[in-house]
Amino acid sequence: MIAGVSTEFIPPGPQSFDLPPIFSGVEWFTKPVLVAALSVVVILWFFWGASRKAAIVPSKLQFAGELGYNFVRNSIARDMIGSPEHMKYVPYLCGLFFFILLNNVAATIPLIQFPTFSHIGWPYVAAVMSWVIYNAVGIRKHGVWGYFKHQTMPAGVPGWLMPLMIPIEFISNILVRPVSLSLRLFANMFAGHILLLVFVLGGEYMLLHSGSLALGGVGIITLLMALAIAGLELFVQVIQAYIFVVLTAQYIGSAIAEEH
Amino acid sequence: MTTLLLPLSEAAGEETSPLLPHTAEIIFGFVFLVLLAFAFAKYVVPRFEKAYADRTQAIEGGMNEAKQAQAEAKAALEKYNAQLAEARQEAAKIREDAREQGAQIIAEMRETAKVEADRIVTHARTQIDAERAQAVASLRSEVGHMATTLAGRIVGESLEDEARQRRTVERFLADLEASESARQAVGTDG
Repeated sequence: MIAGVSTEFIPPGPQSFDLPPIFSGVEWFTKPVLVAALSVVVILWFFWGASRKAAIVPSKLQFAGELGYNFVRNSIARDMIGSPEHMKYVPYLCGLFFFILLNNVAATIPLIQFPTFSHIGWPYVAAVMSWVIYNAVGIRKHGVWGYFKHQTMPAGVPGWLMPLMIPIEFISNILVRPVSLSLRLFANMFAGHILLLVFVLGGEYMLLHSGSLALGGVGIITLLMALAIAGLELFVQVIQAYIFVVLTAQYIGSAIAEEH
Repeated sequence: MTTLLLPLSEAAGEETSPLLPHTAEIIFGFVFLVLLAFAFAKYVVPRFEKAYADRTQAIEGGMNEAKQAQAEAKAALEKYNAQLAEARQEAAKIREDAREQGAQIIAEMRETAKVEADRIVTHARTQIDAERAQAVASLRSEVGHMATTLAGRIVGESLEDEARQRRTVERFLADLEASESARQAVGTDG
């Protein structure tokens, strides 16, 4: 968009993520908000339809819905939290997983092609919600002091190590987790998008605006590389959604665990 | 609407940090996640879990039914076997009874036959005795008469005296009886 007019190549950077509002004047209604809202509609529509007539012998749609639901319910929630307690967290984990998944994959879908979670506000909200939930259920289970002990004093550590262990565990389990959770997702989406922009805009510039035959050839190779990177990005988008939810489930599981 | 920490538009031309969030996105993120979690908790999860429970129940119900049918078949077999054993026992008892009854009947018949035979024998003997006595009596009177007639003819004279006549016959018969009984005694001894 910028490179098309100018003869000088302007490399993509953080400013590439500052999208103008869709309707001028309505500043809050940006592309990420639109995509996120669409993803919510798609998720609700799909799971509503899949579970509407939940029968013993499932329809194709119900089967597909159960496949997704079972993945979060069994492979994430049950494996990380443990059998009877995990059902309480399945709704949140399902919503979280499919919300992140669809918004991430949206970055690969033509015409959308923007990762919602490259805007830090979304990962922050998701991470803070996960943080509040796992701390709240931990405190409810063990009490404030008991939970603090549970999270900062690992069993089997000798007493003289405690002055060292308690601050380390407190920082890593209470303070750093929401930051790492949100930054991991954000950075992957942000960097992936920049990488694609560099390859696509750079390739286009070299092919169309450099005026050099050699650079044009490099531009073609660069654009082909961009395709491969898009494939890699699709993989990263799915993996990051999975990691975010698995870690949330694991934090909940460790918060309500009886012992380490 | 303004953002929390910085203006959204790049009109200012400043380098905006990607680590600073927009207020609108935080609000929407929260609303969307809560909405999704609520929808899953309220509708999707209960429906799927109900389907799973129904499925489990259907499978377990089928298994229970099969188990019940098996138990019923086993009970029927046991009942049949018990009836068979009872019938066998009863047949054996009937056979035993029949044998006993048969033996009893034979014994009774034998007894009856013996009594009848005795009775017939006794009756016959009595009749024979009576007939013999009659024969002896008639023979005695006839022989006396014939002998007297014969003797009258041989002698040529009438044995007028009735008394004499009777005495003679009596004497003769007594002699005859005496000689007969003597011969009988010899026969018995011999």
